[in-house]
Amino acid sequence: MSESTQTQAEPADFSAARSENRSLLAASGLVKRFGGLVAVDRATIEVAQGSITGLIGPNGAGKTTLFNLLSNFLRPDAGEVLFDGHPIHRLAPHQVAHQGLVRTFQVARVLSRLSVLENMLLATQRQTGEQFWNVWLRAGQIAREERAERDRAMEILHSVGLAEKAHDYAGGLSGGQRKLLEIGRALMTNPKLILLDEPAAGVNPTLINQICDRILQWNQAGMTFLIIEHNMDVVMSLCDRVWVLAEGRNLAVGKPQEIQTNPQVLEAYLGK
Amino acid sequence: MRLIPHFPANVTFQVRPKTILLPDRDRHRRRSGSALVGYKPTALHKSTKQRDGMTNYLVSLIVVTATYALFSLGLNLQWGLTGLINFGHVASMTLGAYTTVLLSAQAVPLPVAVFCGALLAALLGVLIGFFTLRLREDYLSIVTIGVSEVIRLVALNEEWLTRGAFGVQNFPLPLAQFRPTLFSRLVMIGILTLIAIWAIGRVVQWLRQRFQKLNGAIDGTLIGVALLGLGGLWVYWIAATSLYRFSDNPARSGLMLISVVLTAIAFWMLERLAHSPWGRILKAIREDEEVAKALGKDVFWYKQQSLMLGNAIAAVAGSLLAWQLTSVYPSTFEPLTTFYAWIIVVLGGAGNNAGTILGAVILWAYFEVTRFLPNLVQALHSAVPLIPPTIDPAREGAVRLMFIGLLLMLLMMLRPQGILGKKEELTLDR
Ligand SMILES: Nc1ncnc2c1ncn2[C@@H]1O[C@H](COP(=O)(O)OP(=O)(O)OP(=O)(O)O)[C@@H](O)[C@H]1O
Ligand SMILES: [Mg+2]
Repeated sequence: MSESTQTQAEPADFSAARSENRSLLAASGLVKRFGGLVAVDRATIEVAQGSITGLIGPNGAGKTTLFNLLSNFLRPDAGEVLFDGHPIHRLAPHQVAHQGLVRTFQVARVLSRLSVLENMLLATQRQTGEQFWNVWLRAGQIAREERAERDRAMEILHSVGLAEKAHDYAGGLSGGQRKLLEIGRALMTNPKLILLDEPAAGVNPTLINQICDRILQWNQAGMTFLIIEHNMDVVMSLCDRVWVLAEGRNLAVGKPQEIQTNPQVLEAYLGK
Repeated sequence: MRLIPHFPANVTFQVRPKTILLPDRDRHRRRSGSALVGYKPTALHKSTKQRDGMTNYLVSLIVVTATYALFSLGLNLQWGLTGLINFGHVASMTLGAYTTVLLSAQAVPLPVAVFCGALLAALLGVLIGFFTLRLREDYLSIVTIGVSEVIRLVALNEEWLTRGAFGVQNFPLPLAQFRPTLFSRLVMIGILTLIAIWAIGRVVQWLRQRFQKLNGAIDGTLIGVALLGLGGLWVYWIAATSLYRFSDNPARSGLMLISVVLTAIAFWMLERLAHSPWGRILKAIREDEEVAKALGKDVFWYKQQSLMLGNAIAAVAGSLLAWQLTSVYPSTFEPLTTFYAWIIVVLGGAGNNAGTILGAVILWAYFEVTRFLPNLVQALHSAVPLIPPTIDPAREGAVRLMFIGLLLMLLMMLRPQGILGKKEELTLDR
């Protein structure tokens, strides 16, 4: 009885937890059911413009499902997502990306039989050459764009340390390199917000440090991130603010240090 | 069920041991019409005629190869580039063939009729795509199979429109009335020559790249492609000769030029598309459509475009097929025809347009070579009397197909990536 009133109250609590900065992404009351299982249960999340926001929670908490709802890879059963002031929960996934919200995958997905560079070039939004007729009518412009994009892609590949691999098949990359390529590819879309699903999972410690450095660097350049991560060192060193999810529900939100000492969070991770 | 495509086996030539490389004379006379009236066989004439027969035969072979190459290029766009499994590719060919002949029989100009066929096939693509592309990917393959059979059965049963099993004959053929001046003939030869130069250029370029990649070594593929290039020169010579003597058989020479030009145009278009940002999206969809979606690509719409264009190309191939058969029957469009396109694409290497054309050449070379099968059986009979002296046509067809199966199995073991495919691609994990 007391538990149910608590969960009823939860969404209100968390939507009140506004940050000082303007929020770039604000989702509230998101619900996703898989048959009988409620994977995401009235979850709220907010990402401030220019921040690196963390999303943590035990395995199966519904973090990836929440990502899928935010990027509309899954339709929410209830709730709404505001991105940059506009509702996006009725858009198709590719339209969400057009709005400037791009996601990566927990298990890095690369286009195996395309080169690393082609993976990058694909990501650019609204290319002239993506229209069938433009291939015939505006060849010159397409060639110019391709040259410019190639330079930009190589720059990003340099910064993630994949420049030497530019002309290799993406399918030949290691797990960690795939993660890097995914992040680079997301960056290539010139987004406003990047959702990273466990960027450090399965990556060796040296590479993890490199990834963290890059993320901080891009963040300083103005990019906003929402990051799911189990590696607490990464969360602590990167995030301005952390949301905790457990069994599909919001459990806590706050600065990393607060979260680290929050008894409810510790309980959720370690059990009673 | 007919196991081997109509042509040239059943139409222009008979499959008899004696006429394997020589055309059947009666037919030749009938087809050549007035040109041979009052013809008396003298020694001199006879050799000219044999030469003509050879030319005609090879020209027909060029047409059929180009038709199947074009047909398969459409499938290669859909499957090789986009990863769409279309098991009913022949449906577009059926629409193309029937639309072209039925409209042109109503005095609609040929190019318009062909365009209408292509449009219809593209619409069919939209329709199928609309209902299946949002579902799991196997739905597309199942539905395409069904639709292609339905279209064939409609052609068989709607006799008011298609004359059913009687088929459609006596429809206009392109350039059949064309009596070119020397100048026009030279222009046509010029067009053919440009295409030949372009093709040879690409072969040479490929050979050079391969040679460099092998660090100066030479392998079987290199030699094979080089020989094929030389063979191509010879074929070019034959084709040019036939154009020079255009009025000997305007319909055939004209169709040869048209089919070569259309295939070249389709090849050029598809190559350009494949290397454009548009084609990059199709390849991305083939590799992992979730990634394409996450990066803001409208996967559904690009799949639709791929279906439409691939179908339209197949419809044009259907027009060519109708013209070369000079008659259209529903039985031409059995699922086996789709299967040939798949063989061709797999042989050449999925996603590779040049490979697709090579695949068509190899498949038809195979069909022609295996016409010797009855001879072989006879020879084997004289060596091992246990083997029967003759083989009936139905079995012959089955055996020829069986060997294709064997060849494909061998290919999959020795060169699973197809002849021009890239081996490295097979070792990549997703
Ligand atoms: N497509 C699906 N169909 C059915 N159940 C699903 C589906 N996707 C996720 N689930 C279930 O929803 C719950 C939440 O899964 P989710 O992948 O979102 O967890 P997560 O927090 O990302 O976990 P992890 O940290 O292990 O990645 C799990 O119980 C999972 O089994
Ligand atoms: Mg997850």
